[in-house]
Amino acid sequence: MDGIHDLGGKQGYGPIEVDDEGGPFHEDWEGREWGIAQCARTPGITIDWWRHCRELIMPVDYLGRPYFDSWAQTDFSTYIEAGWMLLEEIDAGRSLCAADESRQPPPAPMTLQQVLDEDRAHAHRFDGKTETPPMFKLGQSVLTAKHGHKGHTRLPQYARGHAGKVHAYNGAHVFPDLSAQGTEIHQHCYNIVFEAAELWPEAKGRKDKVYLDLWESYLEPA
Amino acid sequence: MTDFDADKVAEIHQHLHSHLPSESALRVKALETLLVDKGLVNPQTIDAWVEAYTDEIGPKRGARVVAKAWCDAHFKQRLFEDAPAAIDELGYLGKATAHLKVVENTDKVHNLVVCTLCSCYPFSILGIAPAWYKAAAYRSRAVRDPRGVLAEFGVEIDDDVEIRVWDSTAELRYLVMPQRPPGTEDLSEDELAALVTRNSMIGTDRDLSQG
Repeated sequence: MDGIHDLGGKQGYGPIEVDDEGGPFHEDWEGREWGIAQCARTPGITIDWWRHCRELIMPVDYLGRPYFDSWAQTDFSTYIEAGWMLLEEIDAGRSLCAADESRQPPPAPMTLQQVLDEDRAHAHRFDGKTETPPMFKLGQSVLTAKHGHKGHTRLPQYARGHAGKVHAYNGAHVFPDLSAQGTEIHQHCYNIVFEAAELWPEAKGRKDKVYLDLWESYLEPA
Repeated sequence: MTDFDADKVAEIHQHLHSHLPSESALRVKALETLLVDKGLVNPQTIDAWVEAYTDEIGPKRGARVVAKAWCDAHFKQRLFEDAPAAIDELGYLGKATAHLKVVENTDKVHNLVVCTLCSCYPFSILGIAPAWYKAAAYRSRAVRDPRGVLAEFGVEIDDDVEIRVWDSTAELRYLVMPQRPPGTEDLSEDELAALVTRNSMIGTDRDLSQG
């Protein structure tokens, strides 16, 4: 999706507020949202669907609301889309659904140690098997797709229609464009290196490089 | 269950734009209240996750990994060959690090990590990302103007040093291995770990001898 989230190379966002003092959470609500995102039951979503729901936030809210606030809005949208929550319930402050599929006995509390164990157990892997052999070899020149599509994709606009080289083969990883629609297939994924001057006119003469992890269907032989 | 209906979600966001409470804290409170009422979350477990990522899991883990690699060539080799397995030796494998890669700074190379599309970050070794990492200014500029970005962090990069920017577009996550400062041969692994800044492992800090 050519959305507001696709920020790479966009101009006009000004200087960076480089100071970030204090703890990981600057305000309590940030920690609450982090915790909710880690342990709340979800309606059969995938990480890519969740990311797409965040991308679909109205641009004014996407840019205007703090980071973890946008996570909360994303959560709301996934629950409402799935019918696990109603807009009216936000006003009411309580569940108005007498019996829906989300209703189960509440989860038992977890201790710090259980959570730490869970974090370790949740080193989720995204690689898997695919029938076809990889199309590209290390060092091979490739060209990225010129256009994206309406849905979720991980080929940023700034890297579309450009020439790069295969720097590494990552294995076959869950293809996000389809995972965001609920279908999990594995597709070959490569690390592609681009010369900065290939991507940015003002980078001519600079030896800098940009590396992206891209799926095979984003690429064609150069 | 979800229908993965993006058009419906776009419409929901329009409603949420005007429907949610006016402040971030109230919006998150509203979400937690509803989730608790529906039995979808246990607030004590939320407490535990906050505690885990406040007191236990953070950049000290990454600093430990870097210091160990500086001191132990075999560990360093394992780290570059299979970073998830190497950090698992320290008990640090976890959220978002199952496909970790370590990239090394040298006299002639500087690495910088960003996620232009969202804010992907190697949580189990660096903890919660700093605010600037998640902000539009950094996400938009790091891939295009890395030298300008680094200058704002007080890092000047000579023209003959190549900058490698890693945009986290897949489930791979990147950890920068900063250079060991000269004159630290006698320091212990603990003392070395104390020199390693969070920013140096993202790439917005370079010379650790300046303290």
